[in-house]
Amino acid sequence: MGEVIPARHSHPTISLEQVKLMERQTRRENLGRAWYKFSRNSLSLVGAAMVLLVLLLAIFAPLVAPYPEHVKPFTDFANAKLPPSWAHPFGTDEIGRDILSRSIFGFRYALWMGVVVLSLVVPPGVLLGLVAGYFQGTRIDTIIMRITDIFLAVPPLILALAIASILKPNLSNAMMAVSLMWWPWYTRLVYGLASTLRNEYFVVSAEVSGASTAHILFREILPNVISPIFTKISLDMGWVIIIGSTLSFVGLGVQPPEPGLGTMVASGAKYLPDQWWIAVFPALAIVLIVLGFNLLGDGLRDMLGAEEI
Amino acid sequence: MADILTFNDLKKHFVIGQEGFLRREPITVKAVDGISFAVQEGETFGLVGESGSGKSTVAYTTIGMYRPTTGTIRFRDKDLFADKKRPLALRKQIQIVFQDPGSSLNPRRTVAQILALPLRLHRPQENVLQQTAQLLDMVELTLEYMHKYPQTLSGGEKQMVAIARALATEPSFVILDEPTSALDVSIQGKIINLIMRLQREFNLTYLFITHDLSLMRNVASRVAIMYLGKICEIADAVEFFRTPYHPYTQMLLASIPVLSEEEEALKPRKTVSRGEIPSPVNIPSGCSFHLRCPRHMDICSVVDPVMVEVEAGHSVRCHLFPPS
Amino acid sequence: MDDAPLLEIKDLHVHFHVYGGILRVLDGVSFVVHRGEKVGLVGETGCGKTTTMKATLRVLPMPPARIPGGQILFQGQDLLKMRDDRLRRVRGRGISMIFQDPTAALNPVFTIGQQIRAVVRHSTEKRLSRSQIHDRMIQPIREVALPDPERMLGSYPIQLSGGMRQRVCIAMALVADPKLLIADEPGTSLDVTIQDQILRLLGRLVEEKDLSVILITHTLGIVRQLTDRVYVMYAGTMVEVAGTEELFRNPLHPYTHGLMEAVPRLTGGGVSDGIPGRIPNYLHPPPGCRFHPRCPHVMDVCRQEKPGFYRVSGDHEVACFLYRDKERSA
Repeated sequence: MGEVIPARHSHPTISLEQVKLMERQTRRENLGRAWYKFSRNSLSLVGAAMVLLVLLLAIFAPLVAPYPEHVKPFTDFANAKLPPSWAHPFGTDEIGRDILSRSIFGFRYALWMGVVVLSLVVPPGVLLGLVAGYFQGTRIDTIIMRITDIFLAVPPLILALAIASILKPNLSNAMMAVSLMWWPWYTRLVYGLASTLRNEYFVVSAEVSGASTAHILFREILPNVISPIFTKISLDMGWVIIIGSTLSFVGLGVQPPEPGLGTMVASGAKYLPDQWWIAVFPALAIVLIVLGFNLLGDGLRDMLGAEEI
Repeated sequence: MADILTFNDLKKHFVIGQEGFLRREPITVKAVDGISFAVQEGETFGLVGESGSGKSTVAYTTIGMYRPTTGTIRFRDKDLFADKKRPLALRKQIQIVFQDPGSSLNPRRTVAQILALPLRLHRPQENVLQQTAQLLDMVELTLEYMHKYPQTLSGGEKQMVAIARALATEPSFVILDEPTSALDVSIQGKIINLIMRLQREFNLTYLFITHDLSLMRNVASRVAIMYLGKICEIADAVEFFRTPYHPYTQMLLASIPVLSEEEEALKPRKTVSRGEIPSPVNIPSGCSFHLRCPRHMDICSVVDPVMVEVEAGHSVRCHLFPPS
Repeated sequence: MDDAPLLEIKDLHVHFHVYGGILRVLDGVSFVVHRGEKVGLVGETGCGKTTTMKATLRVLPMPPARIPGGQILFQGQDLLKMRDDRLRRVRGRGISMIFQDPTAALNPVFTIGQQIRAVVRHSTEKRLSRSQIHDRMIQPIREVALPDPERMLGSYPIQLSGGMRQRVCIAMALVADPKLLIADEPGTSLDVTIQDQILRLLGRLVEEKDLSVILITHTLGIVRQLTDRVYVMYAGTMVEVAGTEELFRNPLHPYTHGLMEAVPRLTGGGVSDGIPGRIPNYLHPPPGCRFHPRCPHVMDVCRQEKPGFYRVSGDHEVACFLYRDKERSA
């Protein structure tokens, strides 16, 4: 027997172990309920499967890809522009590289781009939104939100193009450019939610108790905005990858011979429609990854929504 | 009995905008416009008013959500607004239970997490889990509730958790802001009796804010009626319901739907409700009630009456009761 | 006077199909309103009183709702089987409704005049002249004692106070001269002095126009003030019906009794603890009498069988086994 909690009313005495056991039970129940909400829509499961597939392919690319050497500088003009076959399911490109292998490695660049951009963008964007929302109506709010407005007023792709073209065109500059135009959306999103939540009585109650600003921001308000943030992250993965591919397509992202999906579509576009597979398969790869993240995002929204089932 | 909380000519005005083209005049809402009263140690002081009367603003100013425009609130002998940020020792003493249990508990935190915050802040040297368990027991909830989220609780259970949270700091003064008006009548009684039992057990003083006069009759030791930011009548509860003096009080009492002939007999016969509360932006001149008052006189639209003690402990602010 | 009831609900069942099964929200509800009668329907949040009225007006969302059994006869015709075009005529001209929250019931972007005009147009097949329409718009506004009717027509809901909005809603409900008015918690979102005015207005209109009224509320005092007969509902079942005076003098069902005890009285004497427990889960409602888990007088039979209605005196019926032996033949 551990420590015993005394009961003054009619409830039986209960040990701390039992309380901890109940906590574990509640957690398990909540996980079960979350999974039920997520899996209710079969499309979320499809999205999750697609994302998982892309993730595994990207991680194990060197093992999975049939011709990993085709990703490095490589030419084989004898086998150039071969249509899809058993040896090359997605065909080969204009200098004889296996498109399937390059697409699989292309996932790495796409995911890398998404992960890096979003991890640069989400924390500062969310933090600024929380602060501005909580201090709604004060000077802090005004300063943060006007800066956000300025960034939102610049057409995003053009800003990215401008930055990427001033600096050396490569993947890391492209990511920097995309990050710079992306954070204000998170600030806006969180600001809107936080400025409503800050008037809820549970926030007032924490203030009355004398809780620190950090507690109120991260323990009271943040958990209530986590669900839309995660949903947006998942949807944004797709968008960031599309923009990254677009930048690659116009020559400002992944540089040849590295296998960026956008770069591959760009170089394959010249051979449409006769050697369609050179452009279409990398394009389908983009569709797979973007669609996967979008469906996953919808599922997350269902799962994290507060409604009781 | 000693005064625990003293309001001295408290005013809280809000600027909600500006009007005028060349000379911009601020538009002010006089939510609370000069109230003075004292709550005594150990009593239940009922503050009654309709929407727009300013009763909630009184509560929110007391807990430190707003700073007064002018006037003071003193807790025992300390000015609540002496410091820019209210010290923890004072926050510990004054707590609140809000009206809407749905909004007052964070939907993303478990009952244990909700109760842990005031415990960690105000009783840092004690065992949080043990104290949480004791708080739940105090409000007659079983320990199974510890790890539940608010949305799985009924309205009454949520309010029990809110009461436990308010008492977690071991306060001496608790504001109850319509604690049962969002609940069904069949559970209202349970919550009210819990509140009254806790008062006896912990020697608490309550400022009970409500629009429900029948409820006040059963719980309050003294009652004050607010109308458009001012108090119009204040008295011992028994005296108050026996002889209500102010025409507005009589109108309120006459409007209550009751269940029996005995209660019907207690309602003022002659008064009939009429008119609506004017917007607090355009408060009528003189006595702010004169437009609705069945007994208004010429003086009422010009001069604002002063509070007059008609009998010991029973004061009215009405020209029918001029200062002698 | 015609003896057939104006509205008769017979053994109505409403189910909601949701995750995990079927919510049996209404479990055999029967209800009668005679011509010119003012009937109260009392119960707490979630007891099914609003569902009953929504089913009557056929505005329940289906799915998830389904009506597996029952009849709703209005002037002898079953509303549940009625064709949509005829039903539209019944709504408004036969039965109209006023809601608890007048702010939500009015469209904020149209003037009061525009909204009343739409109701007037729908109230008749005849083509009305401009002045006829105007008269029909002004008339109800006068009846609900709104000041300055002409100016009222030009105002937007936001320019009016809560009490005025409620009056506008009542005026709109009266435009088509309905036979039955369903009032869902009228005035309870307003302050007590305004609520009192609205209730007195309703009382006066009902007398003047010889309307039948169903007053849905959880406030017992309002029922006492305004009705002739009261039905008490609990968890999707009717538990008691009696003349208003009789019910308040002599509540029989343990639930009705507990409910009345729980209301704080102006005479003082403290507050009772109310009724222990909470309203049952409709997914797995208790077998037998749905009130038995909370009942202080529960017997074995209550856990197994559903009580019928026992007539205790003239118009006083109660669905409780305690009164099985006290039944009198009418």
